[in-house]
Amino acid sequence: MNRVSRWQIYVPLGLYLLFTLVPFYWMVVFAFRPRGSDSLLPWPVTFDHFEHVWTGMGFSIFFQNSLLVGVASLISTTVIALAGGYALARYDFRGRQAFLVGMLCTQFIPGAMMLIPLFEIFRTLGLVNSLWALVIAETVFQLPLSLILISGFVKNIPVELEQATWVDGCSRLRGFFAVVLPMLRPALVAVGSFAFIHSWNNFLFALMFVNEQDKFTLPVGLAFTIGEFSADFGALAAGGVVAAVPVVLVFAVIQRYLVQGLSAGAVKG
Amino acid sequence: MRVARSPRTPYVLIAPAVIAMLGFLVYPMGSVIYYSLQHYDVTQPWDNGFAGLENFRVLLFEDPLFWQSLGFSVKWVVVEVVLQLLFGLALALIVNETFIGRAISRALVFSPWAVSGVLTTGIWILLYNPSTGIFRYLADLGVGSYDTAPLADPSTVFAAAVVAELWRGVPFFAILLLADLQTVSGELYEAASVDGASRLRRFVHITLPHLKDAIILSTLLRAVWEFNNVDLLYTLTGGGPAHQTTTLPLYVAAKAVQSHDFGYGSALTTAAFVVLTFFSIAYLRLSKFGARS
Repeated sequence: MNRVSRWQIYVPLGLYLLFTLVPFYWMVVFAFRPRGSDSLLPWPVTFDHFEHVWTGMGFSIFFQNSLLVGVASLISTTVIALAGGYALARYDFRGRQAFLVGMLCTQFIPGAMMLIPLFEIFRTLGLVNSLWALVIAETVFQLPLSLILISGFVKNIPVELEQATWVDGCSRLRGFFAVVLPMLRPALVAVGSFAFIHSWNNFLFALMFVNEQDKFTLPVGLAFTIGEFSADFGALAAGGVVAAVPVVLVFAVIQRYLVQGLSAGAVKG
Repeated sequence: MRVARSPRTPYVLIAPAVIAMLGFLVYPMGSVIYYSLQHYDVTQPWDNGFAGLENFRVLLFEDPLFWQSLGFSVKWVVVEVVLQLLFGLALALIVNETFIGRAISRALVFSPWAVSGVLTTGIWILLYNPSTGIFRYLADLGVGSYDTAPLADPSTVFAAAVVAELWRGVPFFAILLLADLQTVSGELYEAASVDGASRLRRFVHITLPHLKDAIILSTLLRAVWEFNNVDLLYTLTGGGPAHQTTTLPLYVAAKAVQSHDFGYGSALTTAAFVVLTFFSIAYLRLSKFGARS
């Protein structure tokens, strides 16, 4: 088999890495270098910008809010999708086909355009200015793809493995926890991290459903930093680093599972 | 079998998902369609009431901004999806090869996927700004001029937004296509190279047909996503200058949120939903998704 030569890999890859990393680097430089500096190295390092955004601009509160919404959405999406995905994969019930078609249709609903009716619903429920409104909206929009992914994975697990445990006197539920759940780990990692990253990053719902500053999430706080004409680029960059670090870390850990998970489950159904 | 299969079990398991989606997706969508047939303007409550198809008549025949924003949405989606697919496919093929530093390269080139639209805006504002951006340092090196301001210049604002969105959009395709590339059987390639097929021929006759369904599905998902997503343009250009970069969802958001015309905003929403649904069905049909090649 004729192999690709080294430069055919490293040259285009290097160019693309430059395109990917220069913007990140720019943010880091502005976040760490002192005000008034022109250097393209973040040196001497200063933490003034971080102190300013963290305590002065309320990013510590935004961070907590984002974390709360992210973790709550992760848990609710994963649990609901696990139950539903298992049912879709293992049972043939009336309405199953209609449900699948309905789920596909929801993919075409523009999130931006659900703002008005969702706002009215949350007002009726008394959830305007509550972080739970964000958790609900995030979970609902994440559910269809999560259900499809998990049911694809469950289908790939031979049903005989499960049945063997029932014969041994386990209940179906115990068999599920003993056999199915451990094998679903890559799917759960994929679904959970999707849900976390999406809700951590969501801007529009957070902007529209929450008006009080102590309920802002990071993207909303960041957008207000961008909107200010005071042009405090150090604060903008430091706020960006605060918003980026958790998701980029989560992503660095899970990206390997993500590719494995997708190639085993979703793409081939 | 000891445990009798209760016919209720699947319904119990699926109930939370169904209830959540009925309450917060289906019902709101229904109410959007209902409102689209009403005059419903919070600032002009005396005019509220049944409107029939009046909102749609205005939308189709009297609102140039509807057509302009729809036109821009189409341009934005086509340019983004095509470029993201090409770069994403190239990237997936590269990081699917075996080479030193592959794991870290993958993690790095995929990483912008995890970044939000607002953060992307923040980063690229730093890069594009004439006083803090990259063009100033390039000008120091004698490349370009000091007053390059891509976001302020109407002739470059589109390209500037496209590049920023590309930065965080390419990894989506790279990840999905790489996942699919890993399921191509190595034996096929070996058989082909024994037969003396060139790399290009192997790509055209083995890799591309294998990727076909993944490409169709990922481009469709991405097209819908790019059509609907407003975060980047909302914060980067605000739809300006002079509505030049206003997509249909941005226009809806402006109509609903700033002018409180919920009836007309709902009609715009319904129109967008219809356009997307027809486009998706036509795309799946024409591309023969799932057909054996």
